[in-house]
Amino acid sequence: MEPLMALAIGLLYATAIYMMLRRSIVKLVIGLMLLSNAANLLIFTSAGMTRGAPPLIPEGALAPAGQVADPLPQALVLTAIVIAFGVLAFAVVLIRRAYEIVKADDLDKMKDTDT
Amino acid sequence: MQLAVLSGFVLAAFAPLLQRWCAARTSLVLALYPAALALWLLTQLPAVMGGEVLVFSLEWVPSLGMSLTFVLDGLSMLFALLITVIGTFVLIYAGGYLKGHPDLVRFHVVIVAFMVSMLGLVLADGLMTLFVFWELTSITSYLLIGFNHTDLEARKSARQGLFVTVGGGLALMAGLVMLAIAGDSWSLQELLSSGDVLRDHALYLPMLLCLLGGAFTKSAQFPFHFWLPNAMAAPTPVSAYLHSATMVKAGIYLLARLHPGLGGTEAWIGILSVVGALTMFTGAFLALRHTNIKKLLAYSTIMALGTLTMLLGIGTEGALIAFVTFLLAHSLYKGALFMIAGILDHETGTKDVTAMGGLRRLMPVTALVACIAALSLAGVPPLFGFIGKELMFESVLEAGSFRAIIFLLSFSAAIFTIAVAAIVVLRPFFGERRETPKAAHEAPSAMLAGPVGLAILSLLFGLVPVLAGTGLLTAAASAVAGESLSVSLSLWHGINLPLIMSLISLALGYLLFRHWDRVRGNLSRLDPLFAHGPEAGYENLMDGIVRISEWQTRVLQNGYMRNYIMVMVVVLIALVGNSLLLRHAPAFAISFDVQFHEAVVTGLMVAGALFACISRSRLGAVASVGIMGFCIALTFILFSAPDLGITQLLVETLTVILLILVLFRLPRFASLSTPLERVRDLVVAGSMGVLIMLLILTVVASNQFVPVSGYMIENSVPLAHGRNIVNVILVDYRALDTLGEIFVLALAAIGVIAMLKLRAPKPEAKGAGKGQGAKESADG
Repeated sequence: MEPLMALAIGLLYATAIYMMLRRSIVKLVIGLMLLSNAANLLIFTSAGMTRGAPPLIPEGALAPAGQVADPLPQALVLTAIVIAFGVLAFAVVLIRRAYEIVKADDLDKMKDTDT
Repeated sequence: MQLAVLSGFVLAAFAPLLQRWCAARTSLVLALYPAALALWLLTQLPAVMGGEVLVFSLEWVPSLGMSLTFVLDGLSMLFALLITVIGTFVLIYAGGYLKGHPDLVRFHVVIVAFMVSMLGLVLADGLMTLFVFWELTSITSYLLIGFNHTDLEARKSARQGLFVTVGGGLALMAGLVMLAIAGDSWSLQELLSSGDVLRDHALYLPMLLCLLGGAFTKSAQFPFHFWLPNAMAAPTPVSAYLHSATMVKAGIYLLARLHPGLGGTEAWIGILSVVGALTMFTGAFLALRHTNIKKLLAYSTIMALGTLTMLLGIGTEGALIAFVTFLLAHSLYKGALFMIAGILDHETGTKDVTAMGGLRRLMPVTALVACIAALSLAGVPPLFGFIGKELMFESVLEAGSFRAIIFLLSFSAAIFTIAVAAIVVLRPFFGERRETPKAAHEAPSAMLAGPVGLAILSLLFGLVPVLAGTGLLTAAASAVAGESLSVSLSLWHGINLPLIMSLISLALGYLLFRHWDRVRGNLSRLDPLFAHGPEAGYENLMDGIVRISEWQTRVLQNGYMRNYIMVMVVVLIALVGNSLLLRHAPAFAISFDVQFHEAVVTGLMVAGALFACISRSRLGAVASVGIMGFCIALTFILFSAPDLGITQLLVETLTVILLILVLFRLPRFASLSTPLERVRDLVVAGSMGVLIMLLILTVVASNQFVPVSGYMIENSVPLAHGRNIVNVILVDYRALDTLGEIFVLALAAIGVIAMLKLRAPKPEAKGAGKGQGAKESADG
């Protein structure tokens, strides 16, 4: 599964960077979303992918039965997903606000702070 | 010992408080500190004169083999005594000179800090300790040169001094590190007693050049001499202390200190003696162009520093004895002369020697002291300077290499110096009386104490050379030589070549003095030539740095968001790609263990991302990003990460709702870039994608490390009492991270609310003052 995921993540990164290089501010937001998702998948995949063995411990046992997926990358990605949402919400509102004031949808026209 | 020295920093910090308690007598109280240190040093003098090396050790960073060790041998003793004794006089003098100055407190703080730094420098045994104190002297001297910070010229000079000395400091650090590598020790004592190890090491030449770079910039050797005369923008007590007796001698101290370990090679002899002789000549020659008494003295200091470097370069037994003698003599007379220059400036209101005359009747004590000091500068018997000069001539005559050049340069420098000495004392004090801007009268006793004390020492050591010769100077010269030398100084050497040279130079120097005005006129014709000197090189370098930084700001920091991203991505691709492909043999484990539903989910995910890129509608783009997000959630669930799947689902739903809410307030997609730009961006983005793909393949194929999560899995139930290991990690093992995460979310939420609640200015308000309206709304 990992080679297929590698290809998919590579494509996600490519789309994310491409969108972030656009001048239209909405495309920047889309690029940001793609990038954070791609990065989460990158961490998740790098640790190796395991089918059907979640890191849970059954009732009454002290340790999981058999080999389970590595929980640490999962914890990291979980934090990252939430933080990425926070950043995205902030960025979207910031851009909306900037657009209201500057009335420019072109990032290149946002060079001045004195509008 | 360390405490005694370092407590000076504490004293410096408390100087402002002292000012409140002691008011006008602060300088005198502060002077007790160097005076006490000098007395303590004197009690150690017998032991040091007996050839003993006193070591005061204190552990500092034992794990790195660094210690705060102070070593007191002959050389350190000589320097430490000069620093404390002249420091005492200078502090007393400053109390008079800067009386009532509003910034006197600041002066006290910095000069005491400087004194301590300088002491630390000459006592340090560890290379890093030495370096730290070395840089401290640069920084404190910067503050002292720029003391009159409202004056543009003073600020400029201070900056110049700082750049030159700190630039040299960088070279010095590189040199010291090489020294430690070559000698496998951070202790000067161990390094210097290791015989020929350093001289035979492959790094010898680069090491020597770096160390010389540090020493030459600090000690104003040609072609770095230009900063020293400019540093005369400092108040005179500073000039007297830093730029004659102490700081500029730090470089000389370093050279002398390293002489036993590094000296005596062809490179050492060649560079030091030629640069020294050139500096000597340049200093003495350039002095004649100036009428400002402080500049005259500053250039003659450059001459003296050149002489000292040259003597170290010659390096014979005689030369080393001459070195320590000349060093002592110079510090004594130059300190005194600078203080006299300050008195003249203070009492007459001018620094121009051609504007003064006949002051000896008004200021008899000053005049007498000036005569003694200047005679010592000129090297006239029976003063100590004469002994120094005789020994210098003797060593020049016995120099091994470059004898002709050195001889010529040093002999002409001696003539110029005698003329300078005559100018400095005969012009202001003798001849006909001239009116000065201020009515001159004798200086207050606080200002006279220093020059008088130093002049008496000059005279005493000259008349009874045994006092200085047998004890301290023997120990100092032995420390420089690295072996025991015996020094016996005497005023009368019999009629020999050095004496004849002295007499000829005295006669020629006096002649030069008589015709000085004409000579100076002729020299001014050379002015265009000096416009291309080393100082112009420094200015060009500084302008060049500014131009380069302007250029790189224009190119890299041009304010276009996509340029920043582009630069970062390209650098990342280049660096990571380089180490991935060239330094790490790529080995991929390609397996196609894929089930049908997994392939469908992954395909849908990629299709969502691609459609988001090409969609012309905002809603379509957001919807397809949403599809991608849900596919990712599915992937998480399929591959044993249910928590991630749930979170992703939740967040993705919120994201889509948020975007839809905000979306219609955002502009439509616009087509802003040219096809060419798109192709370029596609290439960059595509390379990034390929790089990430290769990276994942490599990482997955080379699973080098055992996961660290074993501990967490084992102890999840026994210690943390939780069955969902991911949750246990979040709330238990990495609870602080989660707390941080909560803070970040809270901050983002506050930011979002603040921005949504703030209303944009109304269009009509904008019409009145566009900029102002936006600013108000941002402030509100």
